[in-house]
Amino acid sequence: MKSYNLSHLRELEAESIYVLREVYAQFENPAILFSGGKDSIVITHLARKAFHPAKIPFPLVHIDTGHNFPETIEFRDNLVEKLGAKLVVGSVQKSIDEGKAAEEKGKNASRNAIQTVTLLDTVEENQFDAAIGGARRDEEKARAKERFFSHRDEFGQWDPKNQRPELWNIFNGKHHHGEHFRVFPLSNWTEMDVWQYILLENIDIPSLYFAHERKVIRRNGTWLPVSEFIQIDPKETVEEKVIRFRTLGDITITGGVESDADTLEKIVEEVAAARQTERGNREDDKRSETAMEDRKKQGYF
Amino acid sequence: MGTPTLKILTQMENTSQQSTANTNGYLDMELLRFTTAGSVDDGKSTLIGRLLFDSKSIFEDQLDQVKQSSERKGLEDTDLALLTDGLKDEREQGITIDVAYRYFATPKRKFIIADTPGHIQYTRNMVTGASTANAALILIDARNGVVEQTCRHSIIASLLQIPHIVVCINKMDLVDYSQDVYNKIVADFEDFASKLEVKDVRFIPISALKGDNVVNRSESMSWYEGSTLLYTLEHLHIGSDHNHIDCRFPVQTVIRPKSDEFHDYRGYAGRIAGGVFKPGDEITALPSGFTSKIKSIDTFNGPIEEAFAPMSVTITLEDEIDISRGDMLVRTNNQPEAKQDLEVMLCWLNQKGPIPRGKYTLRHTSADMKAMIKEVRYKLDINTLHRNEEDTDIKMNDICRVSLRTTKPVLADSYRKNRQTGSVILIDDATNETVAAGMVI
Repeated sequence: MKSYNLSHLRELEAESIYVLREVYAQFENPAILFSGGKDSIVITHLARKAFHPAKIPFPLVHIDTGHNFPETIEFRDNLVEKLGAKLVVGSVQKSIDEGKAAEEKGKNASRNAIQTVTLLDTVEENQFDAAIGGARRDEEKARAKERFFSHRDEFGQWDPKNQRPELWNIFNGKHHHGEHFRVFPLSNWTEMDVWQYILLENIDIPSLYFAHERKVIRRNGTWLPVSEFIQIDPKETVEEKVIRFRTLGDITITGGVESDADTLEKIVEEVAAARQTERGNREDDKRSETAMEDRKKQGYF
Repeated sequence: MGTPTLKILTQMENTSQQSTANTNGYLDMELLRFTTAGSVDDGKSTLIGRLLFDSKSIFEDQLDQVKQSSERKGLEDTDLALLTDGLKDEREQGITIDVAYRYFATPKRKFIIADTPGHIQYTRNMVTGASTANAALILIDARNGVVEQTCRHSIIASLLQIPHIVVCINKMDLVDYSQDVYNKIVADFEDFASKLEVKDVRFIPISALKGDNVVNRSESMSWYEGSTLLYTLEHLHIGSDHNHIDCRFPVQTVIRPKSDEFHDYRGYAGRIAGGVFKPGDEITALPSGFTSKIKSIDTFNGPIEEAFAPMSVTITLEDEIDISRGDMLVRTNNQPEAKQDLEVMLCWLNQKGPIPRGKYTLRHTSADMKAMIKEVRYKLDINTLHRNEEDTDIKMNDICRVSLRTTKPVLADSYRKNRQTGSVILIDDATNETVAAGMVI
């Protein structure tokens, strides 16, 4: 008999497409949380595939800390135009101005944690009942406990010890008014899978992921990009380095790695040989052992 | 900087069925999902730690974190269990509360481990982990042989119809790598497993701690001529784990672009649950019973010549018939039985037991309907397989045979025939929680 096998990337793709279609069918008003990072770009690509030849039936939601890489914003705007999708921007600056969130102080100040306030407000204002995110279980130990369909109460909070069991491929997105779900179609992908898939599908990604020259400072074991948003200590020296970013977030917390990987193939090789997790360069996760779990319970991505 | 063009690679990758020779190994890898269950002492964490470590899937910063935590807890050695325990409470209490998913890959396969706690109290987690697994890894401590927990895990693997069972007889180093000990355990297990429905069972004597027969062949057990654990996991034949005979296509949603270019396009989106679909096939839409022919099977990368489980595709038909979510396309000469009375093995997942004569939402593939438990036939003792017909009071973690009555017919196959179209969940309409999972008999 002929053998009917899918390669692992095609099986992961089929699973993610199935999940995206379930979101569309089970929710009234779902949205994609779009950061401009590779995972949310892959989600958007999969959504195109899931609903082809129709357009993506979800708006893209960007929670904007105001501390962006200009390349990310340019990439975001181009993609939105190409897809003909609707863009919803939730502004962290606005949350601060309205007194809903307080800016952190000091050298390592970041707007990472207060994004949660803006995210939850944006979900509420737009009455989104499902927010699709690119988080993966291999990224971080608290994320390893996430369901594909992850329930959030009316305060947007996650209760990791009381999650709905998920069996086979039957997903339960039933919820009361005011509650919402976070949905993670890439749950079973690893960093390596994402890169291989980007290579396989030839998906466009921001230039920041490729090796480039940049002014950086050395801080907490990573190369932090120099921008108007960080305070540089007199003891710190600004250097010019050839680096690339393995993840993209707020410019104040996203550290780069020294690399000469300027093509997707070289990136894949580099990822295969990497001995550090990609979030190892993220200042936000280093604050404590439970930094991610604590933020997630509050409603973080 | 532009995006590199990778046309050659993309061409080499086959979206349909031509099996092109592929030089890039990674694109040719398969996915194997396996479940492990075990308690603190049987070496499960050590084994998982070793598989991850030897396949270079543990990163330095993760290891550093675990080392620091181990030191803080006053442990002498690095406790690899801390790698799999994701939540603060789990790490503090040293127990696994929930299913943890771990990932590793070799050049042949990518593996997803559903790591579940083995205690009876966590049956629902074992069942959850088992529901998507191709293989179950069952650990036996060579010093203790087949114990109650071994039976429990095997019974769950059998109930959930996990196609392959790999029995690892662990801690062989502590029984002097004795072939007699190994043979006795194999015989005991086979004796017990004869009562189960398992198709493929393999036995491997290992020492997770010393690394014998995990990744590398053991030098201390030359009497063992079988494969190592990793080799076994890499070579289990998973091509027939999906049903490729009975065509089942549950419709998730209807795609209607209403654009100028695709003005009259009407495609049925879903994931193939069984069989092989081809353009030209005569199909019947259930429950309506209308028949038509497949016009095309569409994907973003273009139409394809055939589709099989677990592919996600969009099917268009020759005729315009009324089809929506919850309906199922099947081959006209091979249809599931539509039944309002279902015999089901039910695993209760919720703290709160069933409400007497209570109505629940039953979800079967993409179809929802109301259902009630009409009768509890017996409760299954998952340590012994004993059927207790006296005790019909269902509590969390119980597995019972029940008969369900639904408001409209369920297009179910037996779970034995198809895990996708033979499974259901029950949802409590008051709390919206998933309270039970069932396998159709």
